Amino acid sequence: MARNLSGGTSGKSAPGGSPRFVLVAAVAAALVILGAGLFLALALRDNPRGVGGTALASAIGGPFRLIDQNGQTVTDADLKGKWSLVYFGYTHCPDACPTALNDISIALDDLGPKRDAVRAVFITVDPERDTAEALKSYVTSFDAPILALTGSPEAIAQAAKGYRVYYAKHPEAGGDYSMDHSSVIYVMDPEGRFTASFTHESTPEQIAERLKKLLT
Amino acid sequence: MSIKYFALAVGLAAASAAWAQTGPLEVSNAWARATPGDAANGAAYLTILSPTADRLVSVSSPVSHRTELHTMSMAGNVMQMRPLGTLDIPAGQPVRLTPGGMHIMLLGLDRPLQEGQHFPLTLNFEKAGAKSVTIAVEKPDAMGPALTPQR
Repeated sequence: MARNLSGGTSGKSAPGGSPRFVLVAAVAAALVILGAGLFLALALRDNPRGVGGTALASAIGGPFRLIDQNGQTVTDADLKGKWSLVYFGYTHCPDACPTALNDISIALDDLGPKRDAVRAVFITVDPERDTAEALKSYVTSFDAPILALTGSPEAIAQAAKGYRVYYAKHPEAGGDYSMDHSSVIYVMDPEGRFTASFTHESTPEQIAERLKKLLT
Repeated sequence: MSIKYFALAVGLAAASAAWAQTGPLEVSNAWARATPGDAANGAAYLTILSPTADRLVSVSSPVSHRTELHTMSMAGNVMQMRPLGTLDIPAGQPVRLTPGGMHIMLLGLDRPLQEGQHFPLTLNFEKAGAKSVTIAVEKPDAMGPALTPQR
């Protein structure tokens, strides 16, 4: 990265600064950025609360108003009071989504008595096909109780925007479609603040281990 | 060891390797996950080993409306699922379809796939022709077939 920066700027003889000065400045800037990143990474690693309480905590999450698999209205305020694992996906997804929900299910099982302190939340990115009824039959197949949410396309878009979730319809043959979507498990604390996240590379054991630390 | 014996040993090793490479194309570890609720789609996984280069051109199964070869990839953390036209099978190298990678997509299941069930699936190869396999349905949280023969 430092090389790119210096390579891009030192080639031009900037007025008021020799190429050498620009090079030094670019390297210094790169070091500052790397240092900040390292500091943040170390701070987060040592902080059992993750990013909870830091500026990052407010960057993910936000207000939403959706309906659950029983047709009841659920807002972001309803998620407070418990830890939440939030995952966006869709029921027509045969591979990544069941894997993520299974990982959550296995991790929660691993928590033992603390299991009840964590709620699993599945928010669809495919409200067109994922009605409350479709979600209900889908999530009851998993061992862990899952709060499944759908809503109008606008309501889903708002929720996804808050969680920085990308999704897009990908048309396929026969009028069918699949959804491209961010596949991230977000950990929200009982105050509704973003605390940590897991990706498809996280194992259920890693998720459980992290949750145990967060719940102490 | 004399040169002559060494040459003989090399020759035998080469011959046995060649022998192992012959024989028909094999499909193994064929399994699928039980599908949650009334999920419309399912995925099946398997391993293909062919002694000679071949190409998988299509798949079909009576359990779903359409059956396609799909690939799942992560661009950053964004999951993308795309149909694959065909799949090249290199000679002597197993091609594994596993969760988080390629899968056989079962679109429009007639009924949910339930643990313990078995269903047929046909793979059509350019050279080896049609190969029928039986897919075993495993638990919804399975990451592989219940019995995984090592190769």
